[in-house]
Amino acid sequence: MPKTMFQKVWEQHEVTAETADTPAVLFIDLHLIHEVTTPQAFDVLRERGLSVRRRDLTLATMDHSTPTRTEQVFGGVPITSTAAGRQVQQLERNCAAAGIELLDMHSDLRGIVHLIGPELGLTRPGRTIVCGDSHTSTHGAFGALAFGIGTTEVGHVFATQCILQRKPKTFAINVNQKLRPGVTAKDLVLAIIGQIGVEGGTGHVLEYRGEGIRALTMEERMTVCNMSIEAGARAGMIAPDETTFSYLSDRPRSPSGADWERAMERWRALPTDPGASFDREHTLDAATLEPMISYGTHPGMVIPVTGTVPNRRGDPVFDKALAYMGFTAGEALRDRPVNVVFIGSCTNGRLGDLRGAAQLLRGRKIAGNVRMLVVPGSQQVKAAAEAEGLDRIFLDAGAEWRESGCSMCIGMNGDTVARGEYSVSTSNRNFEGRQGAGARTLLASPLTAAASAIRGRVTDPRELL
Amino acid sequence: MDKIGTIRSRTVVLPASNIDTDQIIPARFLTTTTRIGLGKQLFADWRYAPDGAAKSDFVLNQPAAAGCQVLVAGRNFGCGSSREHAPWALLDYGIRAVISTEIADIFRNNSLKNGLLPIVVDETTSAWLIGHPGNEVEIDLASATLRLPSGINVSFPIDPFARYCLLNGVDELGFLLQQQERIAAYEARHRDS
Repeated sequence: MPKTMFQKVWEQHEVTAETADTPAVLFIDLHLIHEVTTPQAFDVLRERGLSVRRRDLTLATMDHSTPTRTEQVFGGVPITSTAAGRQVQQLERNCAAAGIELLDMHSDLRGIVHLIGPELGLTRPGRTIVCGDSHTSTHGAFGALAFGIGTTEVGHVFATQCILQRKPKTFAINVNQKLRPGVTAKDLVLAIIGQIGVEGGTGHVLEYRGEGIRALTMEERMTVCNMSIEAGARAGMIAPDETTFSYLSDRPRSPSGADWERAMERWRALPTDPGASFDREHTLDAATLEPMISYGTHPGMVIPVTGTVPNRRGDPVFDKALAYMGFTAGEALRDRPVNVVFIGSCTNGRLGDLRGAAQLLRGRKIAGNVRMLVVPGSQQVKAAAEAEGLDRIFLDAGAEWRESGCSMCIGMNGDTVARGEYSVSTSNRNFEGRQGAGARTLLASPLTAAASAIRGRVTDPRELL
Repeated sequence: MDKIGTIRSRTVVLPASNIDTDQIIPARFLTTTTRIGLGKQLFADWRYAPDGAAKSDFVLNQPAAAGCQVLVAGRNFGCGSSREHAPWALLDYGIRAVISTEIADIFRNNSLKNGLLPIVVDETTSAWLIGHPGNEVEIDLASATLRLPSGINVSFPIDPFARYCLLNGVDELGFLLQQQERIAAYEARHRDS
């Protein structure tokens, strides 16, 4: 019987299959951890006298509550918030005691947890990957089954390298044709969320398929899978192909020699079999899409940047969202003044994202009313960007160039947007207060963000390309 | 974990749909390294003005909300971030069950592991509950039923394994630890993946 890619990966990792009475016991190939969602899990291990079963399959980094100002990262200046400092120190102690590899503040390999797995070659097709972070769905771009878990489950994986799971349903997202110039993977995934809704994927694993997906680079595929959770999905996956294998071939911890050949054999068998059926399907045409921007307080509230805010008379939740944003139904967002532009995050903090923004900013200045932060997703992205002079382009344009981290996507480290300010952000969530209490977030692509920084107003990047 | 049997309580209602975990507990409070005492930060930006004063128009600040253990909310409650601080904050505040027409996957999993009941009901039941805040309901976990003031019993879906663990005060880690021989056998079969 033909199988979906999800079914194959799931079955290959069943230690114990699920029954009516008990969930499946699923083996985890890679457990990524960070400072925010692990302290309480390490406490449980200690309380119960347990140890980390597979430290060789566990990798730690620090990203959420860490500073991004160079002088704070490398200058010996303590982390501003004592609570954040305590959290970082606790991760250092916990990893040292458990023997877990930690990419710490001084590591060249440190970065947002969802960038380092792929960069190192640890994120691979067919693997099961978990992390106490909902954007773990990012890793599905390689044909891995990757999903976010809570802290209790982090403890389960520490102790047993396994997790208890009910089998989710499958949902094919068929993307016909290719994106047009100026329209990016971010616009594609925002459009998908707008179409299926922020709860459209609940209980399902998405598989993104079709010509529009095959044409994407690995970085672009990661942007798409990253936001699967914003559609409520358990995970998002893309079948591995030559693009995937080429990306993995020169990663430092990818398999090599005979191991690479054996891995390739397994990876080539992963894609969904012809004739396999999905529980649900949704189809869209990438060539019809335009640059997208969010206007409300969840990632499903999106319109083309050239569009107008919709009207849903009599929906109090919708009206509350517009009131928070300071928008009115029927108004165009284009030319709306912008206070802050943020380029970065696990959604759009990769080299290709920075190149895209730099292409627009080269030889231009950002508007005087705009504060712009460019935060590479990892130290490796930062080094690669500096090697090709992107940092100079951003600095010359008037933007700030920072060390890597989650930064203004979640605002835990002091990088925040002030109350009432408008932020065009390449991050993944426009929830109330996400970028700081009272902050108003407009989600967009790096191109739209850079164009809006230049004009100081919400701008269609195609006008500047 | 304490055993859960029956919960009898008046309801407190937040009718908004898509209440995300950033609203339940904002990210700036996630620098904590413990799981206790988060109730005071529950819905912080909805409960308190920027100067820290309680907002009198927010439902949790009204006298009727005192002692309510059942939260009724709009569709897709708990979406967004995987932070387990969300159920920790709700439980610390005193909420023991959340009722909605849809509850986000990660939040539901996290809730079940901490003894917070995620209860999914049909549109009609939800609409009635949202329209009638403060009524007393009874939740019986053993029979997976929600008893409305009218006497009508509404059954709700709950994973049988999670129900067993909650009814008996058993934690899921104990079950996983019993699987160690099978896990070792799996590891032996998959040395090179």
